[in-house]
Amino acid sequence: MAKYLGKRIFYLLLTLFIVITITFFLMKLLPGTPLTNEQKLSPEQRELILKQYGLTKPVWQQYLIYVAGIFHGNFGTSFQFSDQAVSYLISSRIGPSLLLGLQAMIVGVIPGILFGALGAIKKNTWVDTGTTIVSILGISIPSFVLAVLLQYYVGLKLGWFPIADWGGFAYTVLPTLALAASPFADTARFIRTEMVDVLNSDYIELATAKGLSRMQVIFHHALRNSLIPVVTIIGPLAVNIMTGSMVIENIFSVPGIGEQFVKSILTNDYPTIMAVTIVYSVMLMVVLLITDIIYGVIDPRIRLTGKSN
Amino acid sequence: MADEVKLTAKSFEPLDRSKNLDSEKISAPNLTFMQDAWRRLKKNKSAVIAMVILILFFIMAILSFFPSVLPHQPNAINTQYANLPPKWPGVDINGVNGTLVQGGSRINAYAQAGAASNVHFWLGTDYLGRDLLSRILTGTRISLTVAVVATLVDLLFGVTYGMFSGWKGGRVDNFMQRLIEIIMSIPTLVIVVLLMLILKPGMWSIILTIAFSSWTTMARLTRAQTLELKEQEYILAARTLGESPIKIAFKHLLPNLSSIIIIQTMFTIPSAIFFEAFLSFVGIGIPNPTASLGTLLNDGQKNFQFLPYQMWYPAIVLSIIMIAFNVFADGLRDAFDPQTKE
Repeated sequence: MAKYLGKRIFYLLLTLFIVITITFFLMKLLPGTPLTNEQKLSPEQRELILKQYGLTKPVWQQYLIYVAGIFHGNFGTSFQFSDQAVSYLISSRIGPSLLLGLQAMIVGVIPGILFGALGAIKKNTWVDTGTTIVSILGISIPSFVLAVLLQYYVGLKLGWFPIADWGGFAYTVLPTLALAASPFADTARFIRTEMVDVLNSDYIELATAKGLSRMQVIFHHALRNSLIPVVTIIGPLAVNIMTGSMVIENIFSVPGIGEQFVKSILTNDYPTIMAVTIVYSVMLMVVLLITDIIYGVIDPRIRLTGKSN
Repeated sequence: MADEVKLTAKSFEPLDRSKNLDSEKISAPNLTFMQDAWRRLKKNKSAVIAMVILILFFIMAILSFFPSVLPHQPNAINTQYANLPPKWPGVDINGVNGTLVQGGSRINAYAQAGAASNVHFWLGTDYLGRDLLSRILTGTRISLTVAVVATLVDLLFGVTYGMFSGWKGGRVDNFMQRLIEIIMSIPTLVIVVLLMLILKPGMWSIILTIAFSSWTTMARLTRAQTLELKEQEYILAARTLGESPIKIAFKHLLPNLSSIIIIQTMFTIPSAIFFEAFLSFVGIGIPNPTASLGTLLNDGQKNFQFLPYQMWYPAIVLSIIMIAFNVFADGLRDAFDPQTKE
C-alpha cells in the first residue's frame, strides 16, 4: 500500500511538473505582452513595466523563477488587475467553486443512484423507460442550455431563486442544479447497468431463496454491491463538473475560478490562465488519487498494483 | 407366404437432387458480422429512429452547402429586419405569425419593421437581421463537420497508437501507457483551452484541439483489445507464416477491433459536438460571423428574456442531435455486443 501510494504520488508530482512546464512555455509562445495595446508608452516606461513583471530576463530564468514561486504559492501578478497577486485572485475565488462543485456532486450522485436503481428493479416496465429517457436527456442537453433555461423560467418567471450573483444558499440553488444534471444522468445510467448485472447474479438468487424480503435483497445485497463501482466514475464526474463550472459560473455571475478562467482567457491574462490551469490539474489529480485509494479500500478484490482497470 | 413384393429397377425413382439434399439440416442464412449486427440493430426501435433523424440532419447539413437551398444568406446583415420573430406564410397562430408581445400588448413586428407582406423568416432573425433558419442550417453543418472530422482524426491517431502499443508490448507499451496516463490526468478542458489560445481561432484549430484531447480513450480501448487479440491462434499463424506486422494489423487486427472502434466513435461524436458548442458559447470557438450551434446559442442567450426563440431553436436542434447520437450509440453497442445485453 505504502509503495503503491508513493508511486502514485511520484507520478502525480511528475505530471504536475509536466503540466507546469508545458503551460509556461505555451504561454511564452503566445504573441503579445500585457502592453501590446498601450501605444502611448515611451520606451523607458515600457522597459520599466516589463521589468516589474519580470519579463526582461531570459526565458529560462523566468521559468525557474516561476517554478520556484509556485512552491511558495506565488503565481505572479495578474496582467488584467495590476497589483493583484494571482494567488490571491484564485484563493479568494476557489471557495464558491468548491462549494458549487461539492453540492452538484451530492445533488447529482445520490438521486442518480436511487434513480438508476429504480430503473434496474423495474426493468422493462414503463418506469424503466421513463428513467432511461430522463437520463438520456440529462446526458444530451448541454449544461449551459439548461442553465439559461433554469435562470429564465425558475429564476425570473417563477421568481423562486435569485437569477445571478452570489450571497447565501439561495444563490447556489440554480447553478448547482444546472451543474448536477450531467452527473445525475451519468450516475443513473451507470447504476442501472451495474444493478441489472448484480440482480442476475447467484448471490441475489440465494438471498431470495433463503427467504429475505424483496426490500432487504435490494438494499442489503443488490444496491450495496452495485455501489462499489460508482467510485470509479467520480473522477470523470468531477471533470464534467469542472468543465461545466466554467460556463455556468459565467451565466450566473458566480465569483468562482471558472468565471475567472473565462475572463482571463478573453483578456489574455496569461499568469492567471496558467495558475487556473495548474489548479484545475491538481484538483483532478487529487480526485483521481483519492478515488483509486477508496476503491482499493472498499473492494478488497481490487489489488492496488497501479495496473488496475 | 402370399404374394411377393417384386422390386424392379422401376420401383426406384431418383429424387431431384437440387431439392432436400439434407432434410435434417436446420439453418439460417450465413450472416457476416456486420449483417448480424445490422439485424439486431433493426430490432431496436429507438436506435432506428435515432439513425433516421441523424441521416436527415446529415442530408440537411449537406444541402446547406448550396446557397440556393437556403431561404436567405446566412451571414447577410440586414439591420432593418433585426430581431424579427418567426413568421410562416399563411399561418396565423401566435408564435409563428410575426407578432410578439412588447410592453404587455401584442404587436406586429414585421409591420413595425416596414417589411413587405411577402417577407418571411421561418424561424425569425437575430440582432443583425440574419435569417435564423439559414444560420441554424449552416451552423448544424459546421458543428457536424467539426465533430465528425475531429472524431476521424482522433480515431486515426488513437487506433494507431493503441495498436502499436499493444502489439509491441513490453517496455514500449509501458512507456506509451504512462504517457497516456499523464495526458489523461490533465483536464480535457485545460488542454482544449490552451490549444485554442495558441492556434488561431477557427474551424481547424477546434478540430485539432478536440481530436488531440479525446484520442486517449480510443488508444486505451484499442490497446487492451490488441493485447488480447495478439495471443489468438490465427494471429500466431499469420506471424509464423511470415506476414508483415502492417498486413496483420490491417487484415487481422482491424476487422476484429472494428466493433469497439465504431462504438467508441459514436460516443466521441456527441462529446465533440458538445465541446464545439461549449467553446463557441464561451467565446473562444468558431469566430464571428460564421454560424455554429454554439455561436448561435451564445447570440441567442443574450436576448433570451425578450426574444426566447433566438435561443430555443438552436438549443432544440443541438439537443436533438445529441440525443439521437447517444441513443444510436447505445443501440450500436447492444447490436455489436450481444453478450452484454440484458
